[in-house]
Amino acid sequence: MASTTQSAGHYYLPAPSKWPITAASAVLCLGFGAAFAVNQMMLGYVLLALGVAIFAFMLFGWFGAVAHESESGLHNERVDTSFRWGMSWFIFSEVMFFAAFFGALFYVRVFSVPWLADIEQKLLWPGFAGTWPTAGPGFEGEFSPIAAWGLPAINTLLLLTSGVTVTLAHWALKENKRGALIGWLAATIALGVTFLFVQIHEYGHAYSELNLKLSTGVFGSTFYMLTGFHGFHVTVGCIMLSVILGRSIAGHFKPEHHFGFEGVAWYWHFVDVVWLLLFILVYWL
Amino acid sequence: MSAVLDTPGHHEHADRPTGITRWLTTTNHKDIGTMYLWFSFTMFIVGGIMALIIRTELFTPGIQVVDPDRFNALTTYHGLIMVFGAIMPAFVGFANWLIPMQIGAPDMAFPRMNNLSFWLLPPAALLLITAQFVPGGGAGVGWTMYPPLTVQAPMAMDLTIFAIHILGMSSIMGSINIITTVFNMRAPGMGMMRIPMFCWTWVITAFLLLAVMPVLAGAVTMTLTDRHFGTSFFNAAGGGDPVLYQHVFWFFGHPEVYIIAIPAFGVISQIIPAFARKPLFGYTSMVYATASIAVLSFLVWAHHMFTVGMPVEAQLYFMYATVLIAVPTGVKVFNWVATAWRGSLSFETPMLFALGFLFLFTIGGFTGLVLAIVPIDVQLHDTYYVVAHFHYVMVAGALFSAFGAIYFWLPKWTGKMYDERLGKLHFWLSFIFFNVAFFVQHFLGLAGMPRRIPDYAPQFAEFNMISSIGAWGFGLAQVLLLYIVVKTIRSGKPAEQRQWDGADGLEWTHLPTPAPYHSFETPPVLK
Repeated sequence: MASTTQSAGHYYLPAPSKWPITAASAVLCLGFGAAFAVNQMMLGYVLLALGVAIFAFMLFGWFGAVAHESESGLHNERVDTSFRWGMSWFIFSEVMFFAAFFGALFYVRVFSVPWLADIEQKLLWPGFAGTWPTAGPGFEGEFSPIAAWGLPAINTLLLLTSGVTVTLAHWALKENKRGALIGWLAATIALGVTFLFVQIHEYGHAYSELNLKLSTGVFGSTFYMLTGFHGFHVTVGCIMLSVILGRSIAGHFKPEHHFGFEGVAWYWHFVDVVWLLLFILVYWL
Repeated sequence: MSAVLDTPGHHEHADRPTGITRWLTTTNHKDIGTMYLWFSFTMFIVGGIMALIIRTELFTPGIQVVDPDRFNALTTYHGLIMVFGAIMPAFVGFANWLIPMQIGAPDMAFPRMNNLSFWLLPPAALLLITAQFVPGGGAGVGWTMYPPLTVQAPMAMDLTIFAIHILGMSSIMGSINIITTVFNMRAPGMGMMRIPMFCWTWVITAFLLLAVMPVLAGAVTMTLTDRHFGTSFFNAAGGGDPVLYQHVFWFFGHPEVYIIAIPAFGVISQIIPAFARKPLFGYTSMVYATASIAVLSFLVWAHHMFTVGMPVEAQLYFMYATVLIAVPTGVKVFNWVATAWRGSLSFETPMLFALGFLFLFTIGGFTGLVLAIVPIDVQLHDTYYVVAHFHYVMVAGALFSAFGAIYFWLPKWTGKMYDERLGKLHFWLSFIFFNVAFFVQHFLGLAGMPRRIPDYAPQFAEFNMISSIGAWGFGLAQVLLLYIVVKTIRSGKPAEQRQWDGADGLEWTHLPTPAPYHSFETPPVLK
């Protein structure tokens, strides 16, 4: 295979690699581990830990290899375009994943909750009003949702600001101002991590004082699944940004060739937009 | 043209490991395509054995060979394994083998991710098969996995859920690879409206997969949290609704039908012109028709759930929207017939499968129209009529197309010609036994026999017996396919570069037979 000796005009084709099969082994452990762990089997936790370890090892190795290839100038414009298409479609698939949960929220608010309160259900659920927020007709006890214009509004501000700082970092990179790039990237990560701490604090508050839990009927289900998956994506985004920060400090990226940075920035903006939708549809309305 | 020929021995084996390591680490689209195809065939046998146990149980009324729980698990995993393990990987295998060759690319856009997409499949298959043997047995919930049954099912359900997550990751990565390859890796001069139909159908399919596999992941995730973490998505007491699952699932499920069918259309659109020795009739309309089918497939999902008690306005909308799909599908069938019209036809095995597809898929399409009509569907819902309908689409549609593709491209892949006489025998056995197995199921459904049930009233006995004989015949006929392929690889006569006179893809006109390990290291020169 002419993989490593290709001239600039050729599309870079990697040589056989051990990383994909390593990733697949990690996924094998994670799949069985998760299935056993949700059934409280000890083996499940062991497999999960093993899977996570192999997965982390794989991420270092695989992405390390790709970063090395990029810095060695193996990625020509065609390869760069492939990465752009690849990342775009990946983000599209992520949008559709969130769409499933937003769709569920829409369905319960517009259809299932009002239907549970209509005349046909009066015999079964006589006292149920069907107003949002609700934990459903069978839920015993009280809960209150989180007010939008407290911490969630601050979180909105944090994430929107982080969208600005990551763009400033990008501008600095394009003008080859390494110091500004590193500074703005670090600011972005700091904002992201602060967001996560606020979110964790908010969850704690909801669990201990508002009686708003994952098991608080369909309100708790949609609230925690949507904000939880978003928080997971912020976490992944922070890890990705940290990698990019590390690479920036190591002198990676050129003003005209830095898709590694841009891909992460796209992802970060995507996470940002999802939060805006969450703020409006989950917290506010 | 000589620039594109990879002379044998020329840095062919430079850094290519041998033995099992080659297959574990390969970044070559042909190796990966081959693995996909063998994996698919293996799963086809596993799912097929499940089908034969089902049909053996149904040979006569009463409980014979399996208990009802096991029977339900068998129908569930037969469906999941055939859809996700056999048919989808088969077409991804074809995509891997063919797309780089057809568009003049050196390989797929992301060769390592390509390897990962494949190697995620065995863990998922392992989860699905292990699910049969964990405490509580397989989850007999149906391949559609409706709650509340799935919320109450034994732990096999969890293995199934994670298997589906892994299959989804594999599909998403495969789709990103295919879509990027076709958009970005075409040889100079290979415009989007010049790529072979098979590539177009895969671009559209990849888009569908990217749009709906994450939605399926969402649906099974909600099932998982309802099972273990106290959420109430599908629980009315908590304000949720079991029907919500059906909406989310079928938002995935209906496009999934086209994810399976559209690459099959692509294969047929390559085979018929080759054996009619005419270019494909109406290429542009074919592209637009396929894209329309894809768009419409997002707008019709609730026709799978007409009996859940939805408002009549919704029933009307979903009925009309569904019937609308007949228009672009009609365009395609018309174009295939028009391609064959006054062609210089010959009837080698791939063409026989393509024509078999054309007849039987059209029947499946028509029964689909019947089922789209709400008042009729209310009668036929969950009967054997539905089973007959979707097996005409899945087996006589997708599977026949896959068989056609195997015979069509096997000479290019292996460099050897299959036994034409045995190939034709395989076709006729498959064609006849398929109809014996499934045509009678229409009558069973019309007479009211429910699906997914191990026992039935005595008046259904004759047709069930016929159907079971057909199923066994069809299943055994597939052993012949294995024999033919192995025989071709071992002792087939050398094939020509352009084995079929009418085949005009780059893989036939610009690459030797067998296709070299690397397709186009320098892009081909296109006129």
